[in-house]
Amino acid sequence: MSTSETGGSAQSAPIVEFDNVSIAFGGPPVLQNVTFSVGPEETRILLGPAGVGKSVLLKLTNGLLRPDEGTIRIFGQDISQMSEERLFPLRTRTGMVFQEGALFDSLSVRDNVAYQLIQEHVPDDVIDTRVHEALHFVELDQTFSLFPGSLSGGMRRRVAIARALIHQPDLVLYDSPTGGLDPITSTTIIELVMKERDVYRKPSLLVTHRLQDAFTLCTHRFDADQGHMVPLPQGHADPNTTFLMLEEGRLIFDGSLHELVHTDNAFVREFLL
Amino acid sequence: MAINTIDRTARQLVLTVQDYSLFAHRAVMNIFRPPRYWVDFLIQSDIIGVGSTSIVLLSGFFTGGVLALQSAATLSEFGASNLTGRFVGLTMIRELGPVLTGVMVSGRNASSMASELGSMVVTEQIDAMRALGVDPMRKLVTPRLFACVLMLLFLTILADFFGILGGGFVTIFMNHQDGMQYLSTAWDSLRYPDVIQGLVKPLFSGFIIASIGCFYGMRTSGGTEGVGRSTIQAVVFSSVLIIVADFLLTQILLSLFARL
Repeated sequence: MSTSETGGSAQSAPIVEFDNVSIAFGGPPVLQNVTFSVGPEETRILLGPAGVGKSVLLKLTNGLLRPDEGTIRIFGQDISQMSEERLFPLRTRTGMVFQEGALFDSLSVRDNVAYQLIQEHVPDDVIDTRVHEALHFVELDQTFSLFPGSLSGGMRRRVAIARALIHQPDLVLYDSPTGGLDPITSTTIIELVMKERDVYRKPSLLVTHRLQDAFTLCTHRFDADQGHMVPLPQGHADPNTTFLMLEEGRLIFDGSLHELVHTDNAFVREFLL
Repeated sequence: MAINTIDRTARQLVLTVQDYSLFAHRAVMNIFRPPRYWVDFLIQSDIIGVGSTSIVLLSGFFTGGVLALQSAATLSEFGASNLTGRFVGLTMIRELGPVLTGVMVSGRNASSMASELGSMVVTEQIDAMRALGVDPMRKLVTPRLFACVLMLLFLTILADFFGILGGGFVTIFMNHQDGMQYLSTAWDSLRYPDVIQGLVKPLFSGFIIASIGCFYGMRTSGGTEGVGRSTIQAVVFSSVLIIVADFLLTQILLSLFARL
């Protein structure tokens, strides 16, 4: 596979910076000396087999876990030792999509999507308008009054995406948004991630172990006029979509699609096969 | 080997007590700083207070009835069956009302708090809440804690009242004694220290139920099996602690009132 990057990559100050981050949970380290960054408008796809520490890395990014060693900066602020109280306002600038959606099952779809707005005492009519917009973005307008229990797995993920994006976050974190879904639903989800990337140009960090999803993100763009994704010209890849790869808690790859498919690393090559 | 096990268990115990103390301290201190979730407080007051009314009324009524049945037989041997009202009133208000209400509410609410919060932990809803910028301690724990303390006070008063009523029912309709005498001895024997004792205890029981229920719920791990484990731990520890706290409080309050 031959690829070339279209346009220039993001150059400004990073939105997310990991510097020699390590964490363990009473046993062998889950992450060891992980260093990488996410620039503005950049989408970084974190690859790796199951149980390698991808979700832990994502939770560290949002301050839901604290590293044992190293420094994590988001929006230029060191969150490694930041108190929970100070983290809350920072987290309102990020949107996070959890592995299984993590919707509040006692609340309706409307209240789930509007959760952050309700806490901020935004007027009801404004909330309704914004929830309708967010649900329209994920093409689930009809679910407004439903409860999560009556939604399919794919619909729950899409509602979770709507919840993460309603606040127009400055950084989006996706934790295996297509995990356990059928290929058609997975493509729908990836198209939404692409839509967010290409329409709003917000940086994101996406965890997945599905290569097909990762490659689709890299080799397609969202066409706002046509309302769906279209492939980039043969051999071209989105310049702002790059890859990270973990193996047993260590970051073994950081680079573009072209570098990924031409790497000599045996583990990466095995993973790609 | 055995020493290692004892050492590990002791460390674990100390660590759990330390975690619980920090957790309870944070839950209490949250009330002094915004944001405060009054709607959640009212919802929890409804769930704990209104929801537990029927079980508290029934258990209070029949406990009062049993006390009257048992005591009448014994007291009549000493020719003191007219003191049934005094016996039932004092026992209900000083001891059985607060303890029984605490244990009943613990079985109902400590379990529901632990299982509800535990389920939220294992399905990442707590993490999702934190990721959305909302503090689960403020939103979920503090309202439950204060609602439980307040509601337990009212539930105990209800249990006391229905216990005395149950005793009265048995005295009049089963023991065929004078109802007015029952009520007047129950009323005349009451002193302020008895009432204070009966009203201080539910404050502690309410605190124990909510803090233990939420504590075990929030530290759930290990999927659905973990939720079950947390629920059992919450009910067992809160029930035992209510009885232990009752013993200690009785000792303290008795010696305090003896000096006054």
